[in-house]
Amino acid sequence: MADIAAAPRRRRRRPNLHLLVGGSLLGLFVALAVLGPTLAPYDPMAQDLFATMEPPTAAHWLGADQVGRDILSRIMAGTRYTLSIALASVAAAALIGVALGSIAGHFGGRVDRAVTGFVDLLLTIPNLVLAIAIASAVGSSPTGLTVAIAASFVPSIARLVRSRVLELREEDFVNAAVTIGMSPWRVLARHVLPNAISVIVVETSLLAGQAVLVGSALGFLGLGVQPPAPEWGAMLGASREALEIAPHLVMAPGLAISLLVFAFNTFGDGLRDRFDPNMQQR
Amino acid sequence: MLRFLVQRLATIPLVAIGVITILFVIFKSVPGDEATLAAGATSTQAEIEAMRVRLGLDRPLLIQYAGHIWGLLHLDLGYSSTFRGNPLPAILERIPATLLLMSSAIAVTVAIGIPAGLVAGANQNRWPDYAISGGVVALLAIPNFWLGMVLIAVLSVQMRWLPSFGAAGAASLVIPTIALSARLIALVARTTRGMVVEEMRKDYVRTARAKGLRWKAVLSRHVLRNVLIPIVTVIGLQAGYLLGGSVVVERLFAWPGLGDLMLTGVSVRDYTLIQGATLFFVVGFLVINLAVDILYRFINPRLRHG
Repeated sequence: MADIAAAPRRRRRRPNLHLLVGGSLLGLFVALAVLGPTLAPYDPMAQDLFATMEPPTAAHWLGADQVGRDILSRIMAGTRYTLSIALASVAAAALIGVALGSIAGHFGGRVDRAVTGFVDLLLTIPNLVLAIAIASAVGSSPTGLTVAIAASFVPSIARLVRSRVLELREEDFVNAAVTIGMSPWRVLARHVLPNAISVIVVETSLLAGQAVLVGSALGFLGLGVQPPAPEWGAMLGASREALEIAPHLVMAPGLAISLLVFAFNTFGDGLRDRFDPNMQQR
Repeated sequence: MLRFLVQRLATIPLVAIGVITILFVIFKSVPGDEATLAAGATSTQAEIEAMRVRLGLDRPLLIQYAGHIWGLLHLDLGYSSTFRGNPLPAILERIPATLLLMSSAIAVTVAIGIPAGLVAGANQNRWPDYAISGGVVALLAIPNFWLGMVLIAVLSVQMRWLPSFGAAGAASLVIPTIALSARLIALVARTTRGMVVEEMRKDYVRTARAKGLRWKAVLSRHVLRNVLIPIVTVIGLQAGYLLGGSVVVERLFAWPGLGDLMLTGVSVRDYTLIQGATLFFVVGFLVINLAVDILYRFINPRLRHG
């Protein structure tokens, strides 16, 4: 009895299923992005004209496309495009969005009005429309695509960060830091931003899923990564004409996109449960 | 109400000018010669120079900007190389098709999303809830254009029930509507479910049950009314998704709407057309949000006197 009483009582955390499922799926995709081309059974660019539009077989597990390229190999090799574009664009958007939002919220006044006005203006342009306009301006390349997606996400992150910073500004510890004469930038960096991080992390994880959707939509429209590169959206765009004769071409890239978006969404939900169970579900 | 309307309508031109300015900056910083693009690839150097003078591209940027705004005030969007002039008539011609697609998507969303959310919420943690919530998670991960392609493969190619492209009759509206509304249906169902779960614990529901009202009546008469407000919010917040998603869906189904026209502009680098189409998407976004705010006043009596 005494032993039990003496044992330190550790608070048990419920295992977070979302975080586990989303995290392991994301790990799988990252591994594929790194090793994909090496592990792929075929060269993703190699054409085998005897296998043209072959449905799934023992040799080609997911079939072959219009010029006989192995679809499984292309999916594996294509992971790095989708994943790196999504991560790079969300990271860039977070960097700019956090800077804009925190400066607006923390300093208030004229700075706030200027930034908020600009952000609200950008928010009136539908996300994908803005991305298409920017992609058409900067040209279709992975960099252009990343810029277009990042720019279309900046306003929503900036707005979120601003409102969180405004909340924090009312907190006692922030007031105390101001009262003892800390410089505003130091207060922002040392006390305000660290407390806004959880909100930012959750939002960026959920936006990464969106970035995958926007990126593959642009690829599908021919505005993203250009064929013959095995980007999933571009693969779907190329299989549009073959839909009548070879519907199997459409299945694999779409499933890959959906699974990656699902992974990001689930991971984001898990993070939200972990950091702040009271946060509003979107 | 009138004052509210006037105030909101007055902001539309202001926002439009702001958006035009942003687009002007983006497209003026594009590498490449605008006069060459406008004149066409096959034109001679003299024709390009003539086009440069005609479009005022030889003048300072600020003068060009002022001219651009002045033109817009006179309903002139600028020189579109696709239409060899003002693209406004072509844009206006495309708007009804997009409007039709959007309104049918919203109608389907309300007709499927709300009942699904009510059923899931009323059966919390039982199989109908698991089935619907699972469907929501799946729909939020599936790209709309892929859903459209799969539906074409099954419903048009395999079953031959529905046409796979074009805008001829009600049948051709079915697949594009499903593809566009899937994400919205999921979001509305999730919001409805969450609200129902929350509302079911409240006193007024217990009172209604205690006086002998059936569950169905409690849900449809009492709970639904309170759930409507956040649902309208979700649809308003997703207006941007609907408009942006329509671009991809229109291209996939060769639907003759504004998004399809914008992509035509993209493929020939007709920047005037791209900017014009974007401007009308923004106007659409503002109008939807205005409609949402007006709707709020109808479904939420607390706001009417606010």
